[in-house]
Amino acid sequence: MDLSVTLKGQCRDLTLKNPVLTASGTFGSGLEFAPYGDLASLGGIVVKGLSLKPRQGNPRPRIVETTAGMLNAVGLQNDGVEAFLNFKLPHLPWRETAIVANLYATSPEEFRELAIRLNGEPGIAALEVNVSCPNVAAGGALFGQDPKLAHAVTRAVREGAPDKHVMVKLSPNVTDIALMARSVEDAGADSVSCINTLLGMAVDLPRRRPALANIVGGLSGPAIKPVALRCVWQVARAVRIPVVGLGGIITADDALEFLLVGASAIQVGTANFLRPDAAFALVAELPAACERAGAASPRELTGALVTD
Amino acid sequence: MSTPSSSLLTVLDLVPFGQTGPEHRFFALRLSRPDWPDWNRWRPGQFVMVRPLSFGLEIPWARPFGICHMTARHLICFFQVHGRGTQRMAKLAPGDEVRVWGPLGNGFAMEEDTPTLLLAGGMGIVPFVGYVNRHPQPWNLTMLFGHREPLGCYPVDSINERIPVDTLREPESGDLDDFIFTLQERIRDNAEQHGLVLACGPRPFLLTVQRLAATFGARAQLSLENRMACGVGACLGCVTRTTAAWPVAATRETPVQVCTQGPVFWASQVEL
Repeated sequence: MDLSVTLKGQCRDLTLKNPVLTASGTFGSGLEFAPYGDLASLGGIVVKGLSLKPRQGNPRPRIVETTAGMLNAVGLQNDGVEAFLNFKLPHLPWRETAIVANLYATSPEEFRELAIRLNGEPGIAALEVNVSCPNVAAGGALFGQDPKLAHAVTRAVREGAPDKHVMVKLSPNVTDIALMARSVEDAGADSVSCINTLLGMAVDLPRRRPALANIVGGLSGPAIKPVALRCVWQVARAVRIPVVGLGGIITADDALEFLLVGASAIQVGTANFLRPDAAFALVAELPAACERAGAASPRELTGALVTD
Repeated sequence: MSTPSSSLLTVLDLVPFGQTGPEHRFFALRLSRPDWPDWNRWRPGQFVMVRPLSFGLEIPWARPFGICHMTARHLICFFQVHGRGTQRMAKLAPGDEVRVWGPLGNGFAMEEDTPTLLLAGGMGIVPFVGYVNRHPQPWNLTMLFGHREPLGCYPVDSINERIPVDTLREPESGDLDDFIFTLQERIRDNAEQHGLVLACGPRPFLLTVQRLAATFGARAQLSLENRMACGVGACLGCVTRTTAAWPVAATRETPVQVCTQGPVFWASQVEL
């Protein structure tokens, strides 16, 4: 079965050998999962968010397990873009699978600088712009909750990286996610990925304290799948650019649900913590799942939801 | 060091330790041996992530357990019922399936001819079972074991048959100062012999060992037990800060993952 998909962008297309990417922040640089499967078998790897300079991240506890999900407030800890390019990227199979750099910055100017830095890197297939992280004080969700700011950030990345496919990751923590999607489409985004985590919190009952040091964090995992499906469905109807769906995808059937509501590709996130070979297993299961759904390819299923 | 792998293992048995009955809280979980290519190269102090299929989607994370022992026939973990994951694990039955990945982390230093003091606090005794069993010259090992529950709750029998073990039960000794004094004497003696001190246990216990090791100039390693989701270095939940003595320049500016850079660290190189 031909599993390949092409995300047709306004400026640059992104062709994937299959529609399964790994979600940023759940797959490290990718190398962490190399013992558990063939990285080259994936459609793509969205690496842990990169910033211009190293970031310490938030204090611990940073993660909490919840019913059918987890909360994280890692705070975008990373060693910086140069460390990634020098020490990690050369070891990734970037000729065989799409490496997507997830970007975080605190201003449109900084985003532009990151984009310029990555534009000439042949190992990077696309940039995913993080305008939706709920765990950082500066930037983060603020960019993703204001259509004008999201537009400005997207425009800055678009101008800084004219040779790269630009994907913008949307936040569900907004009143109208379709409005946000149109805003970044107008700014030149080639695709959108949705959704990032939902803002949540947990309580350590015996200590009568928040379970996270940051008090609030981002909820992910199977618990958010219905919200994510709704968001993908709304966004896919609002924009012409491709949508990449994520949020609680564990099985190939989950992935197919996202395709039906309008996604052209999907990202596997928290499932990577349930078992380290989750994304590889999903790729392997995809052809049979498509056949069960009566489809000759994943492409056939995109937007094929019957609502009447 | 072995390359980690993931596989589905079968529960062989679940043996309660200590008091039996519905309230028992300590178990040895014996699993079929992982079908990992180089399983026999594991090092004591390494750990595995264990996730019973019965967790379903309700309990997402696997649980990390120090490897108690791994042989050609089986993998043994030892756990204390603590939260909803271990409560569910206490209901495992022979034939049940669990997903296990490992061996993970780096393990304790093992120097055959060096006098080595094992300091175990409570469940911190678990990795030392494997350590004692795999050490080629166990006559160089001694152990100090501090615990709260009755001795029968812990897998101490398999150790004290091979090496001298001094046990201190907190409610019986009654005086924390006594315990710390004993700890101090043992670490000082070990440092004078240019020995090795290895510690595993609760954070306050490790902090004390770290302080005493610095005071007497002892070479000490600590095994950290931070909360983790993945065990492979991706979730960044288990990180710890390092000191100026940390040797890897590239990671001096950011905290390091306990699961992949540890769980065993030289005491001088981490901030607890």
